[in-house]
Amino acid sequence: MALSNDLIKQRLVDQFGDAVSAFEEPYGMLTFEVKPELNMDLLQFLYHDEQLSFKFLTDLTAVHYPAFKDKEIAVVYHLHNLVENFRIRFKLFVPIAKPDVTSATKLFEAANWLEREAYDFYGVNFVGHPNLKRIQNVDEMDYFPLRKEYPLEDQTRLDKDDEMFGRGGSFGFGNERTPSHFHTIPEAAKGREEELFGGQKAE
Amino acid sequence: MSTTDKHIMLPEGSIEKETTTINLGPTHPATHGVFQNILELDGERIVSAEQTIGYVHRAIEKIAERRPLYQITPLTDRLNYCSSPINNMGWHTTCEKLLGIQTPKRVDYLRVIIMELARIADHLICNSIVGVDAGAYTGFLYLMQYRELIYEIWEQVCGARLTTNIGRIGGFETNFNSIAWEKLEKFLDEYPKALKEFEGLFQRNRIFMERTIGAGPISAERALNYGFTGPNLRAAGVDYDVRVHTPYCSYQDFEFNIPTGTTGDCYDRFLVREQEMWESLSIIRQAYQKVQEFKGAEADVFHADVPEYYLPEKKDVYTKMEALIYHFKIIMGEVDMPPGEVYHSVEGANGELGFYLISDGGRSPYRLHLRRPCFIYYQAYEELIKGSMLSDAIIVMSSLNLIAGEMDG
Repeated sequence: MALSNDLIKQRLVDQFGDAVSAFEEPYGMLTFEVKPELNMDLLQFLYHDEQLSFKFLTDLTAVHYPAFKDKEIAVVYHLHNLVENFRIRFKLFVPIAKPDVTSATKLFEAANWLEREAYDFYGVNFVGHPNLKRIQNVDEMDYFPLRKEYPLEDQTRLDKDDEMFGRGGSFGFGNERTPSHFHTIPEAAKGREEELFGGQKAE
Repeated sequence: MSTTDKHIMLPEGSIEKETTTINLGPTHPATHGVFQNILELDGERIVSAEQTIGYVHRAIEKIAERRPLYQITPLTDRLNYCSSPINNMGWHTTCEKLLGIQTPKRVDYLRVIIMELARIADHLICNSIVGVDAGAYTGFLYLMQYRELIYEIWEQVCGARLTTNIGRIGGFETNFNSIAWEKLEKFLDEYPKALKEFEGLFQRNRIFMERTIGAGPISAERALNYGFTGPNLRAAGVDYDVRVHTPYCSYQDFEFNIPTGTTGDCYDRFLVREQEMWESLSIIRQAYQKVQEFKGAEADVFHADVPEYYLPEKKDVYTKMEALIYHFKIIMGEVDMPPGEVYHSVEGANGELGFYLISDGGRSPYRLHLRRPCFIYYQAYEELIKGSMLSDAIIVMSSLNLIAGEMDG
């Protein structure tokens, strides 16, 4: 029987009950959440089940949502069943204070560097990874640069003379740096709210 | 006397090693890019390899979080810079998927022409570099003039050659001019002959075959487990091609084959790329044919009618109110995109180039992740070369078509 979003959803709910939730189909791709401790059970099930057999790990990455309390870091898996040519995506959320996720390297060799990259940029601690160290950045780096508390240089900065850099004015592109964008004020910015955010205080 | 009798044996408790450790890279002429390999050698045999990458990491994903969609296109140029137009088109089609834009058929066919030219440009470099690393420089110098011709075609369409920033969300910046079509015809006329000669130089060449057959093989199972895509996966015998499995830009309208190999070694990878160039040529011919079939007003269509995302013509900006408004809004980055998340992939020259875009309804992506095929399959390098000669390591590296820009992102 050909795979369909409904069929996969049914099979997963039968197998995992309420451990899988938040089923959606953005742009046609089945997307759902799983409890973080069950990610390997789910991957194993999807891999070994004869009907589902999602044996190709297309992508693995992380996303930072500072606004989601106690589940700030999302790890996103994209899987592909090459025989049926069917793709699914699932996510799990872990707290930023303890971002422990079981490594998928036992099942997919491809996960090795992808997990190292997710660790490098978001600090996700992949438990059981054979060589979890930074991949793109230098080993000495002591922060995780793609987290949202490290915004890119603010184009509305006033302490730089933009005319010296060939930029007369500046436009915010909707990314103005205000405290409301952050769950917390980053450590490095403590005490400098006046200078950085123009006097606005964190919520 | 057994061969091991002559080996130098270290005395018990020596602090020295019997193996030699060498650095291959980061700036070594044989790596064709900036990445390092720490190889441990026993004589000339490779015992282990450790890869270090990230020397040209530019944090494209982070930069993209502060830019409106159209300003991200030039960033994608810098991924696989041997075939930038595929990256550009991949990004445009991702945006179009998110924004729900349907492009006209003619735009799709023009895109296919540009993308297949890019695939040829990329495979041509890769294959001739394999030749260079096997000791034959001629093929490289000979085919290079046709890459030049491809670059001239791109130059006519977008004004740039290497980092093309070609096309816009919704279509192209201009229609193809007559010089572009002339050059395309010249290319279609001359390149097959040159490619035939190139094949004559390598395909059944004893030295080349001895160097490449059995070098760096991988089984289909391992290749899939390692996340191989593109020609490297097809050389291992899996006929997975994004153009066929998830067609974009009307690839379903074209007749072409997916060439596959069996052993996944350097020779198979070479042959698969070689065959793909012929298929690309055939696709370009079909697309050119289809483009010529458009008559009247349809023959001038080169972009979709999406004024919110596609810059109006400059002369309209001076004379028409709406055009001026849209021009201002686009340039100022004031067009919000719908919230949502989308994964879209195209068949890059190296494999499945994926864009995972999360939008929170703002003007720039909340998160953009690039699935860079090179980055994923380079992990297998150690497994491919373990136990083989140092000179094999070089040729395996070039036949994988590792591009530092794509690897580091």
